[in-house]
Amino acid sequence: MDIQTRLFERIKIKDNIKFLFPALIVLISFFSSFTAIAQDDEAVQAGKKLFNANCAACHKLNKRAVGPALRGVSVKYDREWLYTWIKNSTAMVKSGDAQAVAIYEEYNGSVMTSFPQLSNEDIDNIIAYTDYIPPAPVASATVPGAAPGQSGSSGVNNNIILGALALVFFILIVMLFLVQKTLLRIAVASGVDIKPETKPKRTPIWLAFVQNQLLVMVSVVLLLLSSAYFVYGYFMQVGVDQGYMPVQPIHYSHKIHAGANQIECKYCHSSARVSKHSGIPSLNVCMNCHRNIAEYNGEEDLENGYTKDFYTKEIKKLYAAVGWDETNQRYTGETQPVKWVRIHNLPDFVYFNHAQHVEVGEIACETCHGPVEEMEIMYQYSPLTMGWCINCHRETNVKVESNEYYAKIHEALSKKYGVEKLTVAQMGGLECGKCHY
Amino acid sequence: MASNKTYWKNIAQLDPSDEAVKKLEQNEFVSKLPEDFLSDEKTLEESSTSRRDFLKYVGFSTAAATIAACEGPVIKSVPYVVQPEQIRPGIANYYATTIADGFDFGSVLIKTREGRPIKVESNPDAPTLGIANARMHASVLSLYDTLRLQGPTANGQDVSWDDFYLQAGAMLKALAATDKEIILLTPTLPSPTTQKIIADFIAAYPNVRPVVYDTISSDAALNAYETYYGQRALADYDFSKAKAIVSVDADFLGDWQGGGYAKGYALSKTPHRDHGKAEMSQHFQFESNMSLTGANADHRIPCTPADQKNILAYIHDRLIGGSAGQLSADLKVFADKAISALKSSGSQGVLVTGLDDDAAQAVVLAVNTYLSSAAFQPEQPKLIRQGNAKEVQEAFQAIEAGSVSGLISVGVNPVFSFANGNALAEAISKLEFSLSFTSKIDETAAASQFVAATPHYLESWGDYEFKSGHYALAQPTIRPLFDTQQFQDVLLRLAGKNSKFYDEIKAHWNESILGSSSWSKALHDGYYSIESSVENSIPDFSALDVSQLRTATSSGMSLVLYSKTGMGDGQQANNPWLQEFPDPITRVSWDNYLTVSMSDANALGLQNINTADGALNGSYAAVTVGTQTLKVPVIVQPGQAKGTVGLSFGFGERMGLKDEMQTGVNAYTFYQNFNRVQNVDVKLANGEHEFACVQLHNTLMGRGDIVKETTLEVFNTKDKAYWNPMPQVSKDHIEFDVTSPEVDMWQEFDRSIGHHFNLSIDLNSCTGCGACVVACHAENNVPVVGKREVRKSRDMHWLRIDRYYSSASTFEGDNETKENISGIGDSLNTFGEMEQAAANPQVAFQPVMCQHCNHAPCETVCPVAASSHGRQGQNHMAYNRCVGTRYCANNCPYKVRRFNWFLYNKNDEFDYHMNNDLGRMVLNPDVVVRSRGVMEKCSLCIQMTQKTILDAKLKGEEIKDGTFQTACSNACTTGAMVFGDLNDKESKVAALHEDDRMYHLLEHVGTKPNVMYQVKVRNTDEV
Repeated sequence: MDIQTRLFERIKIKDNIKFLFPALIVLISFFSSFTAIAQDDEAVQAGKKLFNANCAACHKLNKRAVGPALRGVSVKYDREWLYTWIKNSTAMVKSGDAQAVAIYEEYNGSVMTSFPQLSNEDIDNIIAYTDYIPPAPVASATVPGAAPGQSGSSGVNNNIILGALALVFFILIVMLFLVQKTLLRIAVASGVDIKPETKPKRTPIWLAFVQNQLLVMVSVVLLLLSSAYFVYGYFMQVGVDQGYMPVQPIHYSHKIHAGANQIECKYCHSSARVSKHSGIPSLNVCMNCHRNIAEYNGEEDLENGYTKDFYTKEIKKLYAAVGWDETNQRYTGETQPVKWVRIHNLPDFVYFNHAQHVEVGEIACETCHGPVEEMEIMYQYSPLTMGWCINCHRETNVKVESNEYYAKIHEALSKKYGVEKLTVAQMGGLECGKCHY
Repeated sequence: MASNKTYWKNIAQLDPSDEAVKKLEQNEFVSKLPEDFLSDEKTLEESSTSRRDFLKYVGFSTAAATIAACEGPVIKSVPYVVQPEQIRPGIANYYATTIADGFDFGSVLIKTREGRPIKVESNPDAPTLGIANARMHASVLSLYDTLRLQGPTANGQDVSWDDFYLQAGAMLKALAATDKEIILLTPTLPSPTTQKIIADFIAAYPNVRPVVYDTISSDAALNAYETYYGQRALADYDFSKAKAIVSVDADFLGDWQGGGYAKGYALSKTPHRDHGKAEMSQHFQFESNMSLTGANADHRIPCTPADQKNILAYIHDRLIGGSAGQLSADLKVFADKAISALKSSGSQGVLVTGLDDDAAQAVVLAVNTYLSSAAFQPEQPKLIRQGNAKEVQEAFQAIEAGSVSGLISVGVNPVFSFANGNALAEAISKLEFSLSFTSKIDETAAASQFVAATPHYLESWGDYEFKSGHYALAQPTIRPLFDTQQFQDVLLRLAGKNSKFYDEIKAHWNESILGSSSWSKALHDGYYSIESSVENSIPDFSALDVSQLRTATSSGMSLVLYSKTGMGDGQQANNPWLQEFPDPITRVSWDNYLTVSMSDANALGLQNINTADGALNGSYAAVTVGTQTLKVPVIVQPGQAKGTVGLSFGFGERMGLKDEMQTGVNAYTFYQNFNRVQNVDVKLANGEHEFACVQLHNTLMGRGDIVKETTLEVFNTKDKAYWNPMPQVSKDHIEFDVTSPEVDMWQEFDRSIGHHFNLSIDLNSCTGCGACVVACHAENNVPVVGKREVRKSRDMHWLRIDRYYSSASTFEGDNETKENISGIGDSLNTFGEMEQAAANPQVAFQPVMCQHCNHAPCETVCPVAASSHGRQGQNHMAYNRCVGTRYCANNCPYKVRRFNWFLYNKNDEFDYHMNNDLGRMVLNPDVVVRSRGVMEKCSLCIQMTQKTILDAKLKGEEIKDGTFQTACSNACTTGAMVFGDLNDKESKVAALHEDDRMYHLLEHVGTKPNVMYQVKVRNTDEV
């Protein structure tokens, strides 16, 4: 992609649109030839698709998960046996097949889902995928390797250009200095007398300022007012923790979960739908996915030290807390509840209900919590002050559509205020007792 | 222009030689400040801290505090590792369970938040005893009692349960081998499975003899029922089917025969116009002490216990036949009235008695059978009292004599609650084997070798049969907080069984009770009933001998023992909610006392004094029954029968209680032979007792705008304007209703849209039971302030139940007396007399909380607008905004605002539930805990109404009537409190708002409250 955009820009700069399309075409064909070389086997492709759809929930290629690792499974078992097993494993265990019973017992009697819908051909494809060993990463490494190299060199280029420019400026300054020196010398030589101009003596500015009483008054008043403004500002931010970004016991990245993986907020914070608390998800919710995701394979942020290794270590912390024995794929029962640092703290005397806002009002989580999907470390986005609440209540319309509860009230109130849409404030959302009890 | 006038404040200032004036010109005070103002001078001089140092310290600590305050605290949140499916943080779960502590029995719902039980509510669906009284509401706090036993002990040492089983089991086996008798002393356990387990246990250890011990016995009633119906049980009553109720010393709105009758009673006591004319029941009460039941009666006749027996015999003789005995003239009038009421009501009449006398109880059975009373239901008897006084006494005698070798006491504390407790304690400590199942180290546990820590009922399994065919299930609502085991589990293991109590219950229910019904459903509901159509044969009462009742006489004073609404038998004495709960009649909290009639008090020199600050003091009396003497503080009780004194059970315990809870005297000392009536000698003793009383004993003086009441006759024959007039104000010489917009100075809110909450309180069906007071405490995190603070009128009850006396036969009578006063001399006398509550006053109860005025006087005076009005009718109080000027409390005509004089939570100066981690678990997380210097008051449970609204929004549906509730209306089982949306024209509360009986408190002030009252109607005329 890097090359592509760079090329694109360069072409654009040249403003030669005729070159653009052929260049792109060349580029695309260049890449596609690459992929064609890498994935020559259609069966492997089909197998991969099927594997991800049907098997990946319990199996990994190289590692034991809920079920055994599948790399090289065709070597271990007879092809026909595999057909029968995949289509109906339970029957096979019941029939007392030695191999089947052995594997059944090895995995503590967990039953493998039957896949009668898979044809023998499908199974062949899956096996082809599990047997496929991708070519040594030397060839493919050239492409990803090329991009950083290129970008690195362009950085050097910039530096050189900047350095050259600095040099030129320096030379210019030196030259100017030399010219002035020469001119002065010429002037001295030609007998011209150059004297610095002498100004008539004036009262110094500070004295003039002190003598002007009005000005002193005005500036004192201004000074007082502005300092009062800053003092007020200082005091008003006491207890406002906007931007509070504490270090958490487990480095949980909302950027990866909500951003890269597009997990819906309310999947984990499910009680926000029904309760006043959004709830910090219990660890069993994490394990819904992390039972199978034991290591991090996404993008890295090397600048901040967020390597794959770093993230994988954080997943291990989760396993330690929930008591998950990775090698044996079972819970040990030894748990260490995670002590998260609470970020959003409302005072005790404020009643806030998530369900009212999220479910009834259909307010997006981001309205108050900000761009969570971009937050590597979670922080408090909104000030959570009363003024902030009130403003929103004044501006936000109540979602009354298809809610039987509002039907009568809304009709009467909108008639009273003569408006189509009612704000929360008009519904009584500014009354003290609605939030303070 | 300046004037030359001399201003003076004091005549003395005019005299230039006055020393004091001269001195005052120099000094602020004539004399020096008292020395103890800053300890004494000497220490001040010797102190090394100079003024400079002091300022340095202050400066430093202020700066340090300021810097520290800028740094926000780091708050940790710890989610579940594996979240239980049914728990969602922030959402309450309700579980149906059963309370059965041997005294209180009821089906209840437990509200839990994040796994913590925080509130007890009635189970409205349960057909039997689905009503929670004040003690049951408070029982959730007893779960979080810091003095609960945390594990088993043997010989005073903490042991593990394994060691406990090893040691106790060995002792049991040794005793069984030598066939030495062991007594298994239990309270009434109407539990089918427990009885089975006990039977199995006895099969394993045949030397064990079970004895059932009710601390407050219903022995006489049980004996009478057993004699005529062949089963040890109690006849049930349904007062909703009664038109004439005659009660001879039966406090059936209190704890008589297990209680639970208030609901039916209130139904019949509210005037209903089914057939044109309004009808309601008529209630005669013959009693000695002023009981809750007597206070609600239409005719209350104070009389001695001997008189009561005579009256019972008289009623029996006049109705069924026999030579009627003698009655004094004034009693005869009322006895005849009662008899004619019974006669004219036919099968709608009912007679009850609480006398501890077999014959008296038999008379009741005979009379009700004779009347074929519809309210009398002997077919399905109640099983919640089983105690056998004779057996208990024999057992205790055997223990004292040493003819028994062991005692296993289960949830009872006989050393405290048996009349001869001290001797019993000594005997128990000498026994070979003694084991006490208890949840605290009480007097009996202290005397026992082995103490088995039992869980609270909210941590326990259980099954009960309240009434034959009516079953209830108990389930744990929280994991045991401490290392405790249920008594049934311990018995099972000692008997060598492997199963747990839960398995036994389930098996037994599936086998013998449920039939084809589902166990899960029964557990979910908390109850299960089998409709039986057993027709009892009518017993033959011809052999009943009432001669002993006819001739009963008394000599000297009689002591009548009773149980209080708040404390009951005293099991929950360590519960600060119940200690602070003011008694409905005397309005005294944190105490028990001797109630004495005015004439007896005068004769004995006993008195009550109101001190200048409004607190109440009382003399002490030396009370002697037999050889036992106690020094008891005295309350002069209007309506106490002359020649009788009353004293309540439940107080005076000293072990297993925090220091502050060790209040009152132990009335069980006087409870000889399980008879509530004892001959007594009362003398004046030294000293003066300080009470914590929240309302003095003055009468209402006909202030009819506070408590309005009328008689059924007036109610039926006269116009509303006569008995419930609207106050008038005059504008331009024209009279207007005070509620008319014409005379309104205020701008009216438009409340026609959305909800408009109103609470209706029916003075007819309010029995003053106080369940709402405790429910309000639990729901709203109301703090407990302690006896010292209550005495200073700093009680924090958001909801109080005022008790008003009237000296005349009705409150209107007061008005007439007042109006007929002529001349100043007469007025002084008459007012003085009227202020003295009479020998037999009328009583009215009136629950008062914030009236949520639409024109609220508190709102206009708040300088910071902390008190404001909501469109839904609630008067809001923003605690975080309040600066504590207390202007609002000054300006409130109803005096319902409460000020936090101290920080009542996390404060070492107080030792109640809010001051320890365990006790704070009961707090409702939806309501803020208020801090010092903040005004608070009833919010009309806005957290509950808001929750209801949110639920409706989430479901997207309109709110049906009855869904809106407050803690008090929810706790009110008699239906006196009805809460709802006035804008919902179909709602009950909207109908009540239009009712003729509706009035507002102090209507003439023009506050337009959102709490309304219904005029009390008394059925004092002939039926």
